[in-house]
Amino acid sequence: MQSSVSVKDLSLNFGSVNVLQNLTLDVGQGEFLVLLGPSGCGKSTLLNCIAGLLDISAGQIFISGKNVTWEEPKDRGIGMVFQSYALYPQMTVENNLSFGLKVARMPAEEIQRRVARASEILQIQPLLKRKPMELSGGQRQRVAIGRALVRDVDVFLFDEPLSNLDAKLRSDLRIEIKRLHQRLKNTMIYVTHDQIEAMTLADRIAIMKNGVIQQLDTPHTVYNHPVNLFVAGFIGSPTMNFLKGQINATGKASFAMENLTVPLTGYKFETGMGDKVEGILGLRPEHIAVGEDAKKMPFSIESEIEIVEPMGSDTVAWTKIAGQSVTFRCSSDIPLAPGQKVTIGFDPARGSVFDAASGLRA
Amino acid sequence: MTTDSFAAGGAAAMARSKVDAATGPSGPKPKRISAGRIGIYAFLIIVAAFFCLPLYVMLVTSFKTMPEVREAHLFDLPHNFTIEPWIKAWTSACTGRDCTGLAPGFLNSVKIAVPSVIISIIVASLNGYALTFWRYKGAEFMFNLLVFGAFVPYQVLVYPIIIGLRELNLFATLPGIITVHTIFGMPILTLLYRNYYASIPVEIFKAARIDGAGFWQTYFRVMVPLSIPITTVAMILQVTGIWNDFLFGLVFAGRENIPMTLQLNNIVKTTFGTVEYNVNMAATILTALVPLTIYFVSGKWFVRGIAAGAVKG
Repeated sequence: MQSSVSVKDLSLNFGSVNVLQNLTLDVGQGEFLVLLGPSGCGKSTLLNCIAGLLDISAGQIFISGKNVTWEEPKDRGIGMVFQSYALYPQMTVENNLSFGLKVARMPAEEIQRRVARASEILQIQPLLKRKPMELSGGQRQRVAIGRALVRDVDVFLFDEPLSNLDAKLRSDLRIEIKRLHQRLKNTMIYVTHDQIEAMTLADRIAIMKNGVIQQLDTPHTVYNHPVNLFVAGFIGSPTMNFLKGQINATGKASFAMENLTVPLTGYKFETGMGDKVEGILGLRPEHIAVGEDAKKMPFSIESEIEIVEPMGSDTVAWTKIAGQSVTFRCSSDIPLAPGQKVTIGFDPARGSVFDAASGLRA
Repeated sequence: MTTDSFAAGGAAAMARSKVDAATGPSGPKPKRISAGRIGIYAFLIIVAAFFCLPLYVMLVTSFKTMPEVREAHLFDLPHNFTIEPWIKAWTSACTGRDCTGLAPGFLNSVKIAVPSVIISIIVASLNGYALTFWRYKGAEFMFNLLVFGAFVPYQVLVYPIIIGLRELNLFATLPGIITVHTIFGMPILTLLYRNYYASIPVEIFKAARIDGAGFWQTYFRVMVPLSIPITTVAMILQVTGIWNDFLFGLVFAGRENIPMTLQLNNIVKTTFGTVEYNVNMAATILTALVPLTIYFVSGKWFVRGIAAGAVKG
């Protein structure tokens, strides 16, 4: 894959605070990359560096094969969409879209053509004569996307574009952004703290913490093979269950907790592990089966239900394995009640084992 | 509002919100007039009257003839209504040997105020814009220095500025007094503009940069159109401040350019025999008319802008 945006050894310091350190990232042509992380992890900062809105302390940035490290934002071939829309309040939608083109002294017909195309794609033609004040949140964000669109650039940067919208609009616009990407096939870099947005939109997700990319991979891999405890805990709702115990990797691998040993049959260790290593077994709530399904699983156990949360589409229930709290998710058709004894089971091969000391996947 | 209408309102509220024995209170809670409330209103009315009374006396006196003024019935309405004192104050009241009235002073004040207001607003809004969005090295220090300037008493600086202007050959000239007003308006106006711009989402500035607008284009095409409310406030502050100024006019304006306030002072102080109270009153009202008009016309904007500029940032 030819790389469209490429960040090499990027560092950014504010005074003595290192926000980003030796960060390297390659985004392929036409790829949808999501930067995901908790607030303050440096994801927006990274995006601002790529856009050229922040001066970096060290490293290089390439966009479409050109070294743009010292270029002005306008010369980088990017369009950007902000969380607060950042529309010019005193200009009509049309002028908002054409402002950048007018600044670049583009011929009037060309401006006309591009505005028409962008407003057609985003279906905002009826709004062209209005001012941002008269638009709803969703419409405003569509205009903001349009402003990036008219620039006819290779790379789109989105800085939490949906975070100011309510839940319904957010899922509507999410689909629209996905549709837009499929139609335009531009490179898009999208910053969010919402894992649903990340999972649904991304070709690849970069999960960041403290200015460092923890894992960069497809949504499926990030979800099923988290490389460390942070990624495992950050992705997924309800969050992954973490059971404390000891890893025995030699011979017949197993995970030992108080009065209970779970065989790790079929689990592929990534690193050589010894015996009696303090470890953590991570299990996704939906990977735990209940009732008849559980008995077919490689490992099953009797357990008592503590709390039941019916979600409509499915049910989340709380129970205990070896005295440690565990949630599991099952079909809402299965009748569950607090105090009820059930069989729960799982396939250890689908779990994730982490070294407790380093937090890395074992 | 009188106490009677309060009582009536209270009774109406009582009628709407009957206390039913079965269900207990329902509907709006009845409003009662307490003695304390009456006291507060009485106090407010008295205080308002206290401040309005001198204005009333000025007004009625300015429309009286001199013989009537001499009768010293301060609060009576004029018997022989005349606008002669107003005409005299404007055209022919004497300061020393010149009997030109206030008119030349008015013109001078306009000549001083208009350029001073325009220049100080342009410079201050640029200051605020640069300090907010183009955070160059030392921006914070410059800003603190400017704010500190707002706390320095003017009088301390008068003598150094006299010398400075003399060296620049600007002392006692129109450009000189305009410069002085511009400089002294800077701290408060910059503060006003900086706080206003700080309340504008920085993303708008970033979006303009991505759109390729530079320092001046962002300023003129994005920021200036957004600055109308705060500019209204700045204009009111500056026009009022510069129009009412006495000290700088006295020291820096020079003989040719004495502003209206100074002219007024000279008229009031010049007496031949009797003091022409009616003319003095008319002259005073005329001088105060410009700031008063501005305040009444744009009072709403004034409050709105102060709130917009001061709350955030």
